[in-house]
Amino acid sequence: MLLFIEQSLNGLQLGLLLFLLAAGLTLVFGIMDLVNLAHGSLYMLGAYFAATFAALTGSFVGAIFLALFATLLVGMAVELIALRRLYGRDHLDHVLGTFGLILFSNEMVRLIWGPAGMNLPLPPWLNVPLQILPGVYYPSYRLLIIAVALFVAVLLYLVVMRTRIGMLIRAGASNREMIGALGINIKLLYTFVFGIGAALAGLAGMMQAPILTVQIGMGENILILAFVVIIIGGIGSIRGAFVAAILVGLIDTVGRAFLPDVLKLFLSNSAASTAGPALSSMLIYLVMAVILVMRPEGLFPAASK
Amino acid sequence: MSRLFTVRNVVVVALLIFLALVPFFAVLTGNAFLTTLFTRIVILAIAAVSLNLIMGFGGMVSFGHAAYLGIGGYAVGILAYEKVTSAFIQWPVALVACAIFALITGALSLRTRGVYFIMITLAFAQMIYYVGVSLDRYGADDGLTIYTRSQFAGLINLSNRTVFYYFCFACLMGTIYLVWRMVNSRFGMVIQGARSNDRRMRSIGFPTYRYRLVCFVIAGVLCGLSGVLLANQADFISPATMHWTRSGDLIVMAVLGGMGSVIGPVMGAVALLVLEETLPHIIGAVGGFVTGKSMVAAKEYWALILGPMLLLVVLFARGGIDGLLRRFGRD
Repeated sequence: MLLFIEQSLNGLQLGLLLFLLAAGLTLVFGIMDLVNLAHGSLYMLGAYFAATFAALTGSFVGAIFLALFATLLVGMAVELIALRRLYGRDHLDHVLGTFGLILFSNEMVRLIWGPAGMNLPLPPWLNVPLQILPGVYYPSYRLLIIAVALFVAVLLYLVVMRTRIGMLIRAGASNREMIGALGINIKLLYTFVFGIGAALAGLAGMMQAPILTVQIGMGENILILAFVVIIIGGIGSIRGAFVAAILVGLIDTVGRAFLPDVLKLFLSNSAASTAGPALSSMLIYLVMAVILVMRPEGLFPAASK
Repeated sequence: MSRLFTVRNVVVVALLIFLALVPFFAVLTGNAFLTTLFTRIVILAIAAVSLNLIMGFGGMVSFGHAAYLGIGGYAVGILAYEKVTSAFIQWPVALVACAIFALITGALSLRTRGVYFIMITLAFAQMIYYVGVSLDRYGADDGLTIYTRSQFAGLINLSNRTVFYYFCFACLMGTIYLVWRMVNSRFGMVIQGARSNDRRMRSIGFPTYRYRLVCFVIAGVLCGLSGVLLANQADFISPATMHWTRSGDLIVMAVLGGMGSVIGPVMGAVALLVLEETLPHIIGAVGGFVTGKSMVAAKEYWALILGPMLLLVVLFARGGIDGLLRRFGRD
């Protein structure tokens, strides 16, 4: 039971991180109709920036804010220089162009930071286990991730649903010509949205950095997970992304922890220990396939265009 | 259409003649590596042509095509590991396995459209990737070394570098011919019609779902053949063969070469892999010339050039190399 609570919290934490990545991805897709494979590179950049600034300034929180700002700028620069020209093109062109960007940014990171990974050490006040239930301890840093991600999710919801800029974003998603005709600078709006998406991806990367090593290609596997999330959730829907992210996070973590044991009930020990890890890595893709077969547009299809 | 001696046709014929003569160049230059490199290129060209069949002509952008490279390769690797080295058993098993996988995943994937299709094919490929990672008996993450290449009962010796090259070349020619015939047949017309307007095709009475599914399976089997050859060429198979970036590479080859034609992806495969091989040297040489220092370290960073180049191709050279050549001929 203790293990179950702990694994559920881990799942929730992974899910919320995925949401930060998926939110940017789904915003960019929903509004600019752009498939951005290079989103994982922004995640990686966020982590590298945070590790660098932490080493320079010695302050963890300061490094996070500096890195956020830096990823925002990089995101906007990439949009201005390259991606802006891809809007309105075929999705295949997006896949290819942003695939090229992945190659470029991986090499760029190698050139600047070198092939070895980096570490982002946690400050002591974040590195203590907290008692969340009588007898149940959980690392404080992971709790912080959950809190920050939830805060960002609420903030994002409020910005999109309750502010003028959010209204423009939603209007841009449903009819881009019309809001252009109403005198809104649509290009500026796009650059802004892309920058926000980049900063969210960077935030996910830098929060994950103290747990994993900061290394080249770290964004690639989690990018695929983020795509699974936005596909399950329905492309363009932030609410869908949130539900799907939590779902994927929980299924993946809890599946990895318990599936081998569950299989042992049906199979021999050796068969279960071979099939277990394979099946649990496949689990979310299975879920995605089943959901797509039942609902080809995802759980929460965005309003028809 | 009517002119035979366009720039494009001359280039295509020259490329094919060059490919046919690679082992001779290798002997002339005394560089055996040339044959090895081009064997790899020819094998991956088969995969790119097969992907182009569904992507370029069928409008089905599969982001999981490398799965078939892996299935074909693992069929050879696992059977060889279990002491079954006869190609007459290995190859049919590999191709049937690919057909079954394509049939199941295609039947499910083809219910979706657009980006959803791209992502669901990716998801299925990831599943197969993790199956490969979990094959403890067959090397798991580290992969499986294949000690004996497929045996054709003494008829063809795949261990001979030149024989193996010509065998792969013949497979490529066969694949191109097959795809070309298919694309220009009634079947191909239905597939292309479904790409342009699926609803219209259905309303004039074609069960496009079935046509597309058959096309998807054929492409899977052809790519499986490429996987079988690739495993034989490398004497090795590992999950990395099925990594999603490998599927990306195949898409790059097809788009870089030009999706509008059957032969385009071959040009793409040659261009991409030759660039991969020579860019490090070019960077090293140019860098050394400009700075006057040894730029050995710079050689590692060839992807720094390749990445933006892809972006430029997407932005300015629609239709890929083949499209460029056609335009060049017209002016």
